[in-house]
Amino acid sequence: MEFISYLVSGISLGSIYALIALGYTMVYGIAKMLNFAHGDVIMVGAYIIFICSTSLGVPAVVSVLAGILVCTVAGVVIERVAYKPLRNASSLAVLITAIGVSYLLQNAALLIFGSDTKSFSSVISIPALSLFGGQLHISGETIATIAVSVVLMVALTLFINKTKPGRAMRAVSEDRGAAQLMGINVNATITLTFAIGSALAAIAGALLCSAYPSLSPTTGAMPGIKAFTAAVFGGIGSIPGAMLGGVLLGVIENLSKGYISTQLSDAIVFAVLILVLLIKPTGLLGKKIREKV
Amino acid sequence: MKMKKVLAALLALAMVVLCFAACGETGDKTGGSTDANTIKIGLSGPLTGNNAQYGIGVQNGAQLAVDEINAAGGINGYKVELEMEDDEADAEKAANAYANLLDWGMQISMGTVTSAACAAFQGRAAEDNMFLLTPSATSVDAIQGDNAFRVCFSDPQQGVEAADYISENKLATKVAIIYDASDTYSSGIHDSFSAEAKARGLEIVASEAFTADNNTDFSAQIQSVKSAGAELVFLPIYYNEASKIIQQAASAGLDVQWFGCDGLDGLLRIENFDYSLVEGVMLLTPFTPNATDEYTQNFVKAYEAKYPDQASTLNQFAADAYDAVYIIKQACEQANVTPDMSVSDTCEALKAAMTSITYTGVTGKGITWGADGEPSKPPIVVRIENGEYTVLQ
Amino acid sequence: MATQKRTLKASTKNDLITYAMLAVMFVVVQILTATGNISNLFEGLLVPLCTYSIMAVSLNLVVGILGDLSLGHAGFMCVGAYASAFFSVTFKDVIQPDWFRFLLALVLGGLCAGLAGLLIGIPVLRLKGDYLAIVTLAFGEIIKNIVNVLYVGVDENGLHISMQNTGALNLSENGRVILKGALGITGTPRDATFLIGFVLLLITVFVSLNLIHSRTGRAVMSIRDNRIAAESIGINVTKYKLIVFSLSAFFAGIAGVLYAHNLTSLTATTKNFGYNMSITILVFVVLGGIGSTRGSIIAAIILTALPEVLRGMDNYRMLIYSILLIVMMLANNNEKINVFKEKISIMNWLQNKSKGNKLDKEAHS
Repeated sequence: MEFISYLVSGISLGSIYALIALGYTMVYGIAKMLNFAHGDVIMVGAYIIFICSTSLGVPAVVSVLAGILVCTVAGVVIERVAYKPLRNASSLAVLITAIGVSYLLQNAALLIFGSDTKSFSSVISIPALSLFGGQLHISGETIATIAVSVVLMVALTLFINKTKPGRAMRAVSEDRGAAQLMGINVNATITLTFAIGSALAAIAGALLCSAYPSLSPTTGAMPGIKAFTAAVFGGIGSIPGAMLGGVLLGVIENLSKGYISTQLSDAIVFAVLILVLLIKPTGLLGKKIREKV
Repeated sequence: MKMKKVLAALLALAMVVLCFAACGETGDKTGGSTDANTIKIGLSGPLTGNNAQYGIGVQNGAQLAVDEINAAGGINGYKVELEMEDDEADAEKAANAYANLLDWGMQISMGTVTSAACAAFQGRAAEDNMFLLTPSATSVDAIQGDNAFRVCFSDPQQGVEAADYISENKLATKVAIIYDASDTYSSGIHDSFSAEAKARGLEIVASEAFTADNNTDFSAQIQSVKSAGAELVFLPIYYNEASKIIQQAASAGLDVQWFGCDGLDGLLRIENFDYSLVEGVMLLTPFTPNATDEYTQNFVKAYEAKYPDQASTLNQFAADAYDAVYIIKQACEQANVTPDMSVSDTCEALKAAMTSITYTGVTGKGITWGADGEPSKPPIVVRIENGEYTVLQ
Repeated sequence: MATQKRTLKASTKNDLITYAMLAVMFVVVQILTATGNISNLFEGLLVPLCTYSIMAVSLNLVVGILGDLSLGHAGFMCVGAYASAFFSVTFKDVIQPDWFRFLLALVLGGLCAGLAGLLIGIPVLRLKGDYLAIVTLAFGEIIKNIVNVLYVGVDENGLHISMQNTGALNLSENGRVILKGALGITGTPRDATFLIGFVLLLITVFVSLNLIHSRTGRAVMSIRDNRIAAESIGINVTKYKLIVFSLSAFFAGIAGVLYAHNLTSLTATTKNFGYNMSITILVFVVLGGIGSTRGSIIAAIILTALPEVLRGMDNYRMLIYSILLIVMMLANNNEKINVFKEKISIMNWLQNKSKGNKLDKEAHS
């Protein structure tokens, strides 16, 4: 019973990692850049939802929609202002810029909202599930997190595979130059990717702060790093990889906390990641890169 | 031609150096203040970053006390000036902050807000024989050296007091601990608590840690505590994490008695928090905002009037800092400290005064200090009832 | 033959400028100190500036010369800091004089970090690009995580190590606990001075510049530019990568020793030895111009000093820092600005002039 409990909360945490990892992996696949500011977009989304529902008294659904809207706009603006001018620069230059954006978002939030932790009111109102005579307790947030994540992942997979913009995204990810020659608007596609990634981040923010109800300017930083790890774990650039990586990472983290050591859980997660990468150097579902001579 | 190139590089360098020289006006080190009519008190603490709310509380509390003292005629007739630097709770930044405060003309220091930073700050202060009275750095190492004192309880003291209280009042026999293994304050209390609890015959059924990098999801720790059958969970941590743990425990159906240290003070001031969750939580704290003595009443009233939009920072950090300034005032008056004394002379005078004064203020009555810098005051245990502290014992 | 001579000369010239820059820095600091025109803040910053410059130069070896992205460089700094602080605290009163003990601490800290670099390098250097980045980040975090739960004490029976608490060490009565988990190590003697820091920086620069121009350095750069081609002409890729990686870790360890011996207390947090620090160092290298030793030092100095100089701005300090960071990156990669910079650059003007002279000479001869 203990095991199932660790497992369920691990899957719940992992689904949130997966949602964030999707943003990392999509941007990486299409723009070939590590968007280190992605974790902080989650925090922005969570603050917007917090303000809407707490200070303005707007219903939960509307505040989540507002959060998604603001994050989408923020994601597109960040891309246009900070990343687009660096499209032809070295990948390291873009990485540092992304780190700059991450610091900027965190410090701006610090100035606007203060550093004290806010208690986030859950946007989910599903009753908790009590099984096996109270031995297994699954909260409404856990159920909602897993359900929402599954729905979003299925929707995203359909979008990427079945729709025209989705196919354009795959084409740009495969070969940007060829895609451009085929008449695909590369800039628009990259913007779309950032928009989708940031919208997912807002939803992840809502779920994260509902399940672990607190909010501060650094809320997004560590989940961001973990999700980045998850994306690499699953094979960066691969959408099913990000999902698998995220869920696995959450489960491993929780099981090692439960059975090995709570102090060393991060070390264990990272050690597993290293092992996997040593055996499969491009992650679990990553494509093998053929080297051209 | 090579020379010219070198020259060009030098020019670029000169600019960098100028940057520094611009901020290097004061000549001699610890040269005392340029203004002979003010007593300059300096301190550092986290004003940005993760721990900023603690630093802001200290800043507000100390500034409030300084303003009150100046309005009432200052210390020994001299005006008091306060300067607080940001150290982001980082040791190296705290050492830099110390240097910057020296440049400003600091004569008396209030150390730093957090423990690890304070140890580094104290390292520098001891070299200059600068008096140090930290409001809230709790680790043993933070006040090593005979120039350093503190207002709050030390980590070992709190761990021992907590274990004693739990066993004397028979609150539980099966105790679990959830603590922050990456934090000096938390691990310090954890270590002394475990040792004392064992000596007292309490059974520690689970000792679960988390780290600063992993402090959102506590489901695994809560599950372990639940499986171990603990009756009481000891939380030697700050209120931010504690609020998350208590909240997640409630939604995981864990029903236990919670017991914490002074770090938990602040639980009732978290924005938008469901305070019914912390009903019954017990904590050791030097400061209860609803206490009826005139010191506390005046402090709370003045704080709320001065910082109306910062109610969340009115906690033991602010109270300790407020007291620290008044303690410095009392010691200065006892030793007749004047601004024209050198830093080292001031320190010697204050050191002697500290061990002879008895201070009564917001965080305790009849506090005295030993030469080791530790305050001696009775701990207060409170329980949260109806959203307020009720003093026990 | 003639062209080769000329390029060699150019690189030597470049190195000389770097040394000259360091020498001038040293002289300026000495003059400022001697005349008393130095603020406490600046004086206190001198050792950190050396520390971070060494970090930047050593990371530049991996990022600029080896061409691999490492996000765990602070982990090696952590190893060096803890190993040396442990040594210094244990033998504080045993080994005298102080300078000799500090020398041993430096060697020990550097070697431990270098060894860690070697051990980590063997498995991970097969990975590439972002995968290598995440694995180095992971190793950095693991090191920090382990150091935080490690308790080490000494008594007459030798070392006692535990991962639980001080009680589990089973020390005898005379035993001392040196490393107390998250409480870290306290009481490290403050042996690091600007002079020592500067000499160490000089050594780091000297070794790294010589490495770049050595046979090894050329081999490594050929791997960076085209691994397969390098392999096909018989260059042992793993060997050369390992040499550079562990050398870089060694110097990071030296920087860690400086860091530890500049502060009396040593704890491992996200800020000083976590990925945040690794990223900060990476920012130095990238802003200084990847591969440029001199640039790394200049960027390290400016960016370490900037937040301190901005202290007056209080809460806006970090906001300004982040905006400057973005603007600098954008400006660095903006074509128009780059063209403009070329135009106004004295260096460039001089170079063109000299080229012109040489052409003239060649035409005459």
